[in-house]
Amino acid sequence: MTLTAKDVAEITRLLEESDFDELYLELDGMTLSLRRTGSAELADETASSADRPRAVAAAERPRAVATGAQPTGPLTTPRDDNAREHTVTAPLLGTFYRAPRPGAPPFVEIGSEVEPDTVIGILEVMKLMTTVRAGAHGRVAQILADDGALVEYGEALLRVTRID
Amino acid sequence: MAIRRILIANRGEIAQRIIRTCRELGIESVLAVSEADRGSLPARLADRAVCIGPPRPADSYLRAETIVQAALGTGADAIHPGYGFLSERASLARLCEQQGIVFIGPTAAQIEAVGDKLRAREEAEAADVPVAPGGAVESLAAARSLARTIGVPLLLKAVSGGGGRGMKRVDRLADLPAAIELAAAEAGAAFGDARMYLERYVGESRHVEVQVLGDGAGGAVHLGERDCSIQRRYQKLVEETPAPGLPEPLRRRLHESALRVARRLSYRSAGTVEFLVDVTSDAFYFLEMNARIQVEHPITEAVTGIDIVARQIAIAEGAGIGRTQSDIRAEGCALECRINAEDPARDFLPSPGVVSEVSWPAGPGVRVDTHIEAGSQVPPYYDSLLAKIIVRAPDRAGTLAAMRGAIAATRVTGVATNLAFHARLLADPEFAAGGVDTGYVARLLARAA
Repeated sequence: MTLTAKDVAEITRLLEESDFDELYLELDGMTLSLRRTGSAELADETASSADRPRAVAAAERPRAVATGAQPTGPLTTPRDDNAREHTVTAPLLGTFYRAPRPGAPPFVEIGSEVEPDTVIGILEVMKLMTTVRAGAHGRVAQILADDGALVEYGEALLRVTRID
Repeated sequence: MAIRRILIANRGEIAQRIIRTCRELGIESVLAVSEADRGSLPARLADRAVCIGPPRPADSYLRAETIVQAALGTGADAIHPGYGFLSERASLARLCEQQGIVFIGPTAAQIEAVGDKLRAREEAEAADVPVAPGGAVESLAAARSLARTIGVPLLLKAVSGGGGRGMKRVDRLADLPAAIELAAAEAGAAFGDARMYLERYVGESRHVEVQVLGDGAGGAVHLGERDCSIQRRYQKLVEETPAPGLPEPLRRRLHESALRVARRLSYRSAGTVEFLVDVTSDAFYFLEMNARIQVEHPITEAVTGIDIVARQIAIAEGAGIGRTQSDIRAEGCALECRINAEDPARDFLPSPGVVSEVSWPAGPGVRVDTHIEAGSQVPPYYDSLLAKIIVRAPDRAGTLAAMRGAIAATRVTGVATNLAFHARLLADPEFAAGGVDTGYVARLLARAA
């Protein structure tokens, strides 16, 4: 199964006419992800789907999306990569640990200098540990999630002030 | 053990439905939501909502480990899986068993026993319940010889399918090898299990199912039957109880057969045993057992006065069924219409979007189970069920009249719905006469075209 440029154009048109920001199409091992410019980043691909071929196209946002949705609980902070502040959010729901083991010093503290691949914490889901990385070069400005706390998907864990 | 806090691993109207019973029982509810459902009505109604992942079910509602972690992290002592998603995956029930969390449903072993449709068939046979002539596809040669014995038309079914998924009709024996090859490949891709079995195709038949409650120790009661013959492509649209025009002895045999299956499995919690009833001969055949709460459970609640979710919780607490068969009486008739965001004018294509205006019917004997209000999103990631309208009246004619009024009083704008289909169905004399077979909806729609 292949998609022609014409097919993609047609699908893009359908997305534009809809009230949705994002379209995810899966056909016979091929996936197509479409997202309007200006809408939140496409959800991170999970390990199971990371190896799938992926075509990404962006459509102009034709109009504001009507929405009755009000986030409840901790807010998902959009990753604003152009700003000086960078927020690290939880890539999945789990128990957040700031240190590699109980009693050990935390991975980072306020003021720590981090690189994009610096580990800032661990998320545990049923004994499976996922490391969380800073994702930006800068200095830790604020730590928002407590050690040992349940954090939701998308919850802000800490803020980094970028260093140019 | 008294359950104090339940994590609900579902969304939509069934999440709202479970939250309601939790409130009535003084149990706290924690709702696991995907990012797309953060702002939903059930997310606001629950005592707490936790976001478990992105909108796609594979990244959120289908992640057993994440669901169990959410329950552990929020201090929930039990998980209610609702229907669909993880409700019939043994993996969630097993994880709960390992982590000391109460799973409000059957045991993992029971889910496996009925999830394997071939094994469920064998259990039914062992419980002296009739099954349609058929058997496993062991090899092509064996399948050919089996097919000759059964005769055509026959159905080729996936062992891990069910609910009409993974099924092919074969009309000529010559087509069998190609059909097996194709169906096995499809089943392998869809269910990760390419095993197939054959069954005689029962032509004009009704879909009648029996609601059971089991205590997990061999005790079971039934709550009567539901007729779910109003289907389009195996998707139920309207259900009613009692099944109209069923001869009394046949009705009793269906109830008793369902109880025998439940008792044989020492079934725990609410379950449904589905049968095909041959209209021409009054013979019936075991179809499958659904090890979860059913979408159409409210019609049974309407006539019996029993809150099935509350019974599931009590059984999970180890308090038993709390009713004997003689305590259970069905009074009157009940009918349910599923209001879906789909467009009958465009071959029932799902119609996601934002609901701009909505008004639901009300009045004596009318119940609406819904998660939809003005401004609600109907995300494209999930099923299109917007609401279930349930009416109860002393007799069937009264029920039909009440439902006509309820459908006329319902208004949903912003997304296409199948309301007009329901109005048409309710006005049709053949449906009003009662006892139609599963081919009826296709004939009704063809008449219009």
